Amino acid sequence: MSDTVIHIDNLENRFGTTVVHQGLNLSVMRGEILGVVGGSGTGKSVLLRSIVGLKPIDDGDIHVFGQRLAALDRRQRAAVERRFGVLFQQGALYSSLNLLENVALPLVEHTPLSRPEAEQIARMKLALVGLPAGAAEQMPAALSGGMIKRAALARALALDPDVLFLDEPTAGLDPISAARFDQLLLTLRDALGFSVFLVTHDLDTLYSVCDRVAVLARKQVLVADTLENVAATQDDWIQDYFHGPRGRAAYASMKENR
Amino acid sequence: MDDLSNTSGSSPGSVPSSAPLARIETNQQLTLSGTWTLAYFHAIKKQLSTHDAKHIERLSLEPVTQLDTAAAQLMIEWFGSERMQQQANHLPDQRRQLILSVIEALEVVAEAPETPARTGFQRLGDSLARLGQQVTALFTQQLYLLGFLGVVLAAFGRTFWRPGRWRLTATVAHIHQTGLNAVPIVVLLTFMVGAVVAFLGATVLTTFGATIYTVNLVVFSFLREFGVLLAAIMLAGRTASAFTAQLGAMKSNEEIDALRTQGLDPIELLVLPRVIALWVSLPLLAFIGTLSGMLGGAVVGAVSLDIPFAQFWQIVQRDISVRHLWVGLSKAPLFALVIAIIGCAEGFKVSGSAQSVGERTTSSVVQSIFMVILLDALAALYFMQMGW
Repeated sequence: MSDTVIHIDNLENRFGTTVVHQGLNLSVMRGEILGVVGGSGTGKSVLLRSIVGLKPIDDGDIHVFGQRLAALDRRQRAAVERRFGVLFQQGALYSSLNLLENVALPLVEHTPLSRPEAEQIARMKLALVGLPAGAAEQMPAALSGGMIKRAALARALALDPDVLFLDEPTAGLDPISAARFDQLLLTLRDALGFSVFLVTHDLDTLYSVCDRVAVLARKQVLVADTLENVAATQDDWIQDYFHGPRGRAAYASMKENR
Repeated sequence: MDDLSNTSGSSPGSVPSSAPLARIETNQQLTLSGTWTLAYFHAIKKQLSTHDAKHIERLSLEPVTQLDTAAAQLMIEWFGSERMQQQANHLPDQRRQLILSVIEALEVVAEAPETPARTGFQRLGDSLARLGQQVTALFTQQLYLLGFLGVVLAAFGRTFWRPGRWRLTATVAHIHQTGLNAVPIVVLLTFMVGAVVAFLGATVLTTFGATIYTVNLVVFSFLREFGVLLAAIMLAGRTASAFTAQLGAMKSNEEIDALRTQGLDPIELLVLPRVIALWVSLPLLAFIGTLSGMLGGAVVGAVSLDIPFAQFWQIVQRDISVRHLWVGLSKAPLFALVIAIIGCAEGFKVSGSAQSVGERTTSSVVQSIFMVILLDALAALYFMQMGW
């Protein structure tokens, strides 16, 4: 369980003259759920986009499954990216396709499966993330926020990825839906054994699902460790974050649940 | 397939992949081994189909190195979910959970009601219904446009007497975008069409020895029709689409709802400046286009028809009254209103999706060009009957 899936070494990211990351180091282990937190504008999403290859990095190295991303040619890179599943903040479901087609698309494009076979699997994935059977034929525009997140998760899981990237999966969900989503994530991770790179602001999610937490601040990862150790770190921002009123409430409810 | 299997095998920590295999071990036990993943989908299907599930009592999954949900689904569909559930009990925790989750998911899928296939008669009915829907949609569309026009005129009436509520900055900005920025393309377009008309006229008129009337042809057609029509079509393509996309993006971003909740009128803030800007721009562009088209004709005349500029100008002054310019330009404000109204109304009809923005933008360009040409034809009839 302890081998590294993603290893980030001395990463630097800039937008013009604004430096977002400098000397950033972080590892994601196999099968773990890593929560990434940080204030607004600390580059959590930029980090996610760098790893999945949406933003070219300015310096440093990212190793994925032991391969250096920058050294891969287009074909190898596509093969690596196929082992990623990404859930975007707004779901980013293709609005011209219904849910079934949304999930079946990567299957049809990347595997030798025929369309009926792909749709058969897609139906199973939609049910796997807890969507009712009737939802498969619906268009994304007709869905609620919670359902969109679930459908997007089903699409991210279409190719049975080794790493799942989630960008604020519970943002904009009501607490009940958010708690259900957390539970779903845990269940799926236990069953399917993928690693999760979870960008979130949701303290409840952080407390209930994450194995480790990485704190982004001052262009670097300040600390990446178990929640208890992170919360005990002597840093003003971390203390404010975990021991402010919201942090205390989430912590208390976690204690109750365990 | 090879590509997929290779890459998933080459990572550290994961077991090297090998083709999936299903083998009868003893009488009623089937032993599965190898990599049971999506990459081997068809191989798995083939392996399973060589055995008859009815004769198998026990599945041995222990030798399987990798198992994913897709392969589990095939396995369950082949072996039956109840029997699979029993088999899963012997497995290590993670694999059992995977199989149980997939079984659970498949149960949900099975609950889905089958949609009955449509018969030939029903399909005929469906297409008739679609035709009917399209006809009524066409009608409601025109009704909607008229309604929108009314709302815009009402807003115009409300704000006209109160200069404090005129959106001067926005209006001037839109005049800049829709008028000034369109000058080069309108000039180029009309210049070329002017040249083409001159060539056409020369070709036809030489046979009658009346080449000199090319001047009248070019000037007449541009003063009365082409100047304003070309400018209007250009704006319909360039500006109506821009209006639709701008307002559509605002609509789907809920900006228009935000304006309403703050007690602001989106028609007054967003639509009126655009309508007025186009109302100002199009006559000016039509005038510039007319001049440029005549210039195109004059250049062709001077270069290849032996009609020098001076003579061209003299004929224009002698033969053609300024009335034709007014006839042509009088259509410009009407066209501008139609283009702006259609562009904005379509923008307000955008709903949510990116596809909707595309559909509405197309629709706005097609509608506004169609309306401009239709109105121009009607106007031509009217002016002819009036003898103007």
